Amino acid sequence: MEPGRTYDVLVAGGGNAALCAALTARAAGASVLLLESAPRHFRGGNSRHTRNLRCMHEGPSEPLTGAYPAEEYWRDLQDVTGGRTNEALARMVIAGTAECRTWMAAHGVRFQPSIGGALHLAHTNAFFLGGGKALVNAYYRAAARLGVDVEYEAEVCDLRIEDSRFEGAVVTRNGRTEIVPARAFVAAAGGFQANREWLRDAWGASADNFLIRGTPYDTGRVLRALMDGGAATTGDPTQCHAVAIDARAPRFDGGIVTRVDCIPLGIVVNARGERFHDEGEDLWPKRYAVWGRLVARQPDQTAFVIFDARARGQFIPPMLPPVEAPSIRRLAAPLGLEPAALERTVMAYNAAVRPGTFDATALDDCATAGLAPPKSHWARRIDRAPFYAYPLRPGITFTYLGVQVDARARVIWQDGRPAANVFAAGEIMAGNILGQGYLAGLGMAIGTVFGRKAGEEAARHARN
Amino acid sequence: MPATEAGATAATPLPPRLFQAGRHAARICNACRYCEGLCPVFPAIERRLDFTEADLRYLSNLCHDCGACLDACQYAPPHPFGVDVPRTLAAVRRASYRRYAWPARASALFARSGLALLLGAAAAPLLFTVVLGVLTGPDVFLAQHSDAAGGFYRVMPHDAMVGLFGAVGAYAAVALAVGLLRCWRDLAAIPAGGAPAGATPDAVREALLLPHLGDDGDPGEPHWRRLWHHCTFYGFLLCFAATSVAAFYHNVLGWTAPYPLLSVPALLGSLGGAGLLAGPAGLLWLKLRRPPERHDQAQLGMDIVLLVLLFETGLSGLLLRAWGATGAMGPLLGVHLGAVAGLFLLLPYGKFVHGLYRFLALLRYRMGA
Repeated sequence: MEPGRTYDVLVAGGGNAALCAALTARAAGASVLLLESAPRHFRGGNSRHTRNLRCMHEGPSEPLTGAYPAEEYWRDLQDVTGGRTNEALARMVIAGTAECRTWMAAHGVRFQPSIGGALHLAHTNAFFLGGGKALVNAYYRAAARLGVDVEYEAEVCDLRIEDSRFEGAVVTRNGRTEIVPARAFVAAAGGFQANREWLRDAWGASADNFLIRGTPYDTGRVLRALMDGGAATTGDPTQCHAVAIDARAPRFDGGIVTRVDCIPLGIVVNARGERFHDEGEDLWPKRYAVWGRLVARQPDQTAFVIFDARARGQFIPPMLPPVEAPSIRRLAAPLGLEPAALERTVMAYNAAVRPGTFDATALDDCATAGLAPPKSHWARRIDRAPFYAYPLRPGITFTYLGVQVDARARVIWQDGRPAANVFAAGEIMAGNILGQGYLAGLGMAIGTVFGRKAGEEAARHARN
Repeated sequence: MPATEAGATAATPLPPRLFQAGRHAARICNACRYCEGLCPVFPAIERRLDFTEADLRYLSNLCHDCGACLDACQYAPPHPFGVDVPRTLAAVRRASYRRYAWPARASALFARSGLALLLGAAAAPLLFTVVLGVLTGPDVFLAQHSDAAGGFYRVMPHDAMVGLFGAVGAYAAVALAVGLLRCWRDLAAIPAGGAPAGATPDAVREALLLPHLGDDGDPGEPHWRRLWHHCTFYGFLLCFAATSVAAFYHNVLGWTAPYPLLSVPALLGSLGGAGLLAGPAGLLWLKLRRPPERHDQAQLGMDIVLLVLLFETGLSGLLLRAWGATGAMGPLLGVHLGAVAGLFLLLPYGKFVHGLYRFLALLRYRMGA
């Protein structure tokens, strides 16, 4: 960052969307400064934790199998969002994913076939070789080659917006605050899921027991500054994507390795030792994201998944081994549960299990009878020692609230007019397309397509 | 988390801290799986629910230390999980070398690679030259041997050369064979949960072509490390072949050295010598360029001693070729033979063993372990 220099394009953020914007703007001839609030080692926002891109494709194309036509993609999106999506923007993203892989590969991203435990995504999602951090590193190397200026530990705390025009960003760096002017601004600094106070506004005190799965640097300051500056918002401000993760995970940044994928293979009880939801409601990839909210509603935002020797080895093990005991009674103590209560619950469940043919890969006929709540599939007696448990807590992936944009990635002001020189990409505007729910690999799709669009438009504006 | 190995004997288990660090990293990799496409280490991890010491030794010998997984790792230091697979496996690998080494007493050389470096790279050629000079006498040792045949043998009689290097070679062969056997016994005891795939041909191809020997840092860069490794490995093989053909010429056909420039042993030797100059020099250069966090201090001496000895062997061999008809021949022969002797005596206790153990690990991987 050169003091006093006015860059053509200033990008706030350091993840996938920010990098796509910076690379595209630079390639179009603009001078670009990218401000990443994290230190170099933790650069990349939540992109660091991602692993794939949901791609539309008409036929098999490495590393994807089969086909994933635009209409199927669109139907999947309608399903998960319950219609809370901007169709024009959504279709733009879907079309963009068909051709963006070439651009990604040209900037150093490598792909691999669907990884173990995610084979259900083989025809829809292209996996990054080495995962999201490898992608982020490739983009930073490309940025260095192309001459994008990058500053780490440089946080955009506020924006100077005059007459609906961006004039400069208030940037804190090395304990100093300064105003960095630019001709165009790209907001790609993520959501607010790492901002505990903001989460408390929506969730109350229970937010203190949430674990944040990704970066601690997504504090939502750029989002707040845009809202204060008059940007129109979209997406439910009180909702976040949450999954049930290992309660022993760190407060931030535990990522994928803390995910607990054995809920359909066991039962889940709360701190009172009681079941509270159907563990076998649907196939796990369609249900894993409801458990974060379910656990969040339980006392102390905590729960425990209980399983036995039958289920061991039938799912991807989280990084920490489960709590193990020779009997259900003995399992209760290390979990802090009342032994008699846990035993009662397991006995009642075991008594309700009806015979069936177990099949983990399909909606099988193993169900309970006369039990409330029921377990509709994969219900097997829990009676083969040793017995195991994982303690669970809600793990927040991202928040839905974002700023409204148009098809040129321009931020929309509250009066409905698009901003002249303020653009947004990535999680900060994903709510336009993903108003609720989740589709694996869609965040990277939105970030890549809108990142490139924002970079292109910002460069065009700045150089005209 | 490199743990010290001082005081450990060959058959001792991994230091507890190293075992814990290895298991911690492997459990995280098993839960994450993002690196699955990088190399066989990660699919091998996924075939397990948990990790014994033998599992970690197996994984450590599968690892080519390319660093691509560290670059990609979202849990790499300074993340509190502190996952550094290449460094952790390097420490486990060093411990496995000591465990497999024969005789156990000599395995201490792995831990004292600085001393080994001094002995092998500097002292052995020097000592050999001095002893040879004294035994031969300065008149012959420093004389100009212009006759085409038998100059070498006037400095060191053929039978003495064969006797000495036969013994050195036999010792190295026995020590390496015992190490191989111990390694295989260790690998054979770990369970093979996966489906066998192609076994031997694939393992041989992977050992010869090194598809997973990438570069540090930018995975998009040309694979210099692989190129220099090929130069070194195939250079070594060519030199070995040159010596074998020469022995055949001498003993069976009765043709004595030196051989003309366009003869088979001379061509093989020159080509191999060039490989032993370029390869080790390139590998050393890459080692010096490595970022500090990719350096394994404890391993550095062991790596360097082999490279220096190979370079020395190649250089002295080529110089001998060029100046064999000058007064420098005697001392050059001393340096060359000293370097070769040092090289072979240290082969079982240095970096060389990685090739053998890695091949066995690749074989075991292809058998489904």
